[in-house]
Amino acid sequence: MSEDNAIIAENVYKRFGDVKALDGVSIAAERGKILGLLGPNGAGKTTLVRILTTLLKPDSGNTQVGGLDVLRQKQQVREIIGLAGQNTAIDEILTGRENLEMVSRLYHIPRPAAKRRAQELLEQFALTDAADRQAKTYSGGMRRRLDLAASIVARPSILFLDEPTTGLDPRTRITMWDTIRSLVSDGATLLLTTQYLEEADVLADKIVVIDHGKVIAEGTADELKANMAADFIDITVADPHETGKAVELLRPLSDESPQTDEGRGHISLAVGSGAQSIAEVVRLLDADSVRIAELNLRRPSLNDVFLSITGEEIVEEETKPKHRGFGRRRSA
Amino acid sequence: MTQNTVSAAISANASQSSALQRFVWNFTDTFIVMRRNLYAYQRQPELLVFATIQPVIFLLLFTFVFGGAIRFSTGGDYISFLLPGIIIQTILFASANTTVGLSVDLSKGIIDRFRSLPMSRAAVLAGRTSADTLRGAFTVLIMVVAGMVIGFRFEDWGSGLLGLLLAVAFGYAVTWISATIGLFVKDPEAAQVAGFIWLFPLTFASSIFVPTATMTEEWLRVFAENQPVSVVANTVRDLMTGTVNPDEIVISLLWIAGIVAIFLPMAVWRYARVASR
Repeated sequence: MSEDNAIIAENVYKRFGDVKALDGVSIAAERGKILGLLGPNGAGKTTLVRILTTLLKPDSGNTQVGGLDVLRQKQQVREIIGLAGQNTAIDEILTGRENLEMVSRLYHIPRPAAKRRAQELLEQFALTDAADRQAKTYSGGMRRRLDLAASIVARPSILFLDEPTTGLDPRTRITMWDTIRSLVSDGATLLLTTQYLEEADVLADKIVVIDHGKVIAEGTADELKANMAADFIDITVADPHETGKAVELLRPLSDESPQTDEGRGHISLAVGSGAQSIAEVVRLLDADSVRIAELNLRRPSLNDVFLSITGEEIVEEETKPKHRGFGRRRSA
Repeated sequence: MTQNTVSAAISANASQSSALQRFVWNFTDTFIVMRRNLYAYQRQPELLVFATIQPVIFLLLFTFVFGGAIRFSTGGDYISFLLPGIIIQTILFASANTTVGLSVDLSKGIIDRFRSLPMSRAAVLAGRTSADTLRGAFTVLIMVVAGMVIGFRFEDWGSGLLGLLLAVAFGYAVTWISATIGLFVKDPEAAQVAGFIWLFPLTFASSIFVPTATMTEEWLRVFAENQPVSVVANTVRDLMTGTVNPDEIVISLLWIAGIVAIFLPMAVWRYARVASR
C-alpha cells in the first residue's frame, strides 16, 4: 500500500465466541483526510477502532498506523494517535483542567507545557468557564468536548473518533461537526465512525460502509449515491389510509418496490428519471383522486444507498443501547 | 510558541525514550495516577469519613461486646490483643476498595484512554494500589488513636511504629490481590461482592480476633496458625506490644514479598488483556 495512507487495515478478522465481529475488513485512510466508517449498531466499527488503537488484538490481519505496525510497535503507535472512544473517557472527579493536565503529563509533556496546553484546549473547546469545575457537573455536550480535547492533547497526527456525536441533541451535534472539522484542518488524519448517514455525508472525504463485520461499499458520498442510477420521489398522501392504494397506482413507474411509512402516508419511489416521472405520479394519483400533501424530487440519500445494499435501514433515531462487549450484538 | 514546545517535547519523547527514561516514567506515571485516585477521597470526604468510622465501630463493638468473653483466653487484656489484629482486619477490608475502584474505572472507559496513551503499563494499577495503601495507612492512624482512647498503650514506640509499618506493607501486598480480582470480575456490582468474600475466611480463621489455640477443629487451627494473615497479625501484635522477634519479622516480610511477586505480574498481565467493559 502507498505511503499516502495513514491508516491501513488489511483482511482483519476478529471473533468473539461465535460472533464474527470483523470478517475480513480492509480499509485505508489517506493522510490528512477524514475517513468515515459508517454502519449500524454492531457492525464492527468499534472493534476495528479498538484494534487500530492497540486496545484489542485481531485474530489475523495486517494493521498499520502512521507507517507503524500496530501489533509490533504498540508504544510508538500510542505516541502518535489520539482516541476518543464511544464512552467518554474522562474522570468525573477531576475538573476539566485537571483532566487535560493529567493526560498531558501521561504523554510525558513537562508540567509547564502541560499547563499551557490545557489552558489552550479549554479555550479552543469553549470550556474556560467550567475549567475548574468537576467534570461530573458537565452537560453531555461539554463532556464530549472535554473528551475530544483530551484526545488531541499531544497533537496526534492520526485521530480516532468513535461515534463522537452519539447521544447528543441535534444542535450540539452540529456544533460538534465544526469542532471535528477544525481538528483536522492542520493536516491530521481522522478515522470517524458513525451510524448517522448525515454525519458521514457532511464530514467524511471518503466513506466505508460496514455491516456484519464486512465492508459492503466504499467511496465518496457522491460516488456511493451515483452508483444508484435512480432518482427518488418522496410522496406524502393527504390521507395515510390511502398509502396502500397509492402504492398500487404507482407500481408501473418503478421496478423496485417503494419504501413506505403507512402511518404517515410517506412513499419513497425509486425512478429512472425524476423529471419525467414526477408528472406521471401526479397524473396517476389524480386520476384516482388520491390527494397529495407533499411531493419532492431528490437524489438518493445514503440511507437509500444503505438500504439498496443491505436491505436494512440504518436506524436514525436515538435507540442505541449502551451495551457492553464490542460489536458483539447485532441490531435486529 | 506553545505549539513548538509541546511538539518538541513529544518528538523528544518519541525518539529518545531510553530504557532509563522509561524506567523513571514507571514512577512518575504511577504518581500521577495515584494523585488522581487520592483526589477522589479528597473530593468525596464522606467516603473517607465512613471508611474510617466503620473500623472504629468494629473496634468498640469487639472490645466491649466480645471483650468480656474473650479476654480470659488472651491473658485478661483484650485491647492489647485486639487492636493490632483489628488493624490488620481494617487493612484487609480496605483493600476491597481496590477491587471496586478498578472495576468502576473499567466500566467507565477511562481505562481505554489510559491504555491508548504511551504511559507505563503498570502505572494505572500501581497508582491505584498505592493510593489505597495511603488511605489504609490513614485509617490505621485513626484506629491507633481510638485504641489509645480506650486503653491501648505502646510498650515501646519504636517497635510499635515498626509494627504499624509492617501492617501497612502487608496491606500494600494485599491490594495487589484485590487488583487482580478487580480485573477478572465483570462489573462493579460483582466487584462489590468479589472484593470482600475471600477476605472473610482469611480474616476470621486467623489470630486477628481470638487466639488460634482456642479453635477446636484441628484442621482449622493448623490453617489459622499458618496462613499469612495470622503470621503478620502475630508479628504486628508482638511489635506493638514491645516484643521484637527477628525470625517472625523475616517470615512476615517473605509473605509480603511473595504476594507481591505473584500478584503484581498477574495483575499487570491481566490489565494488558482486559477489554474495557
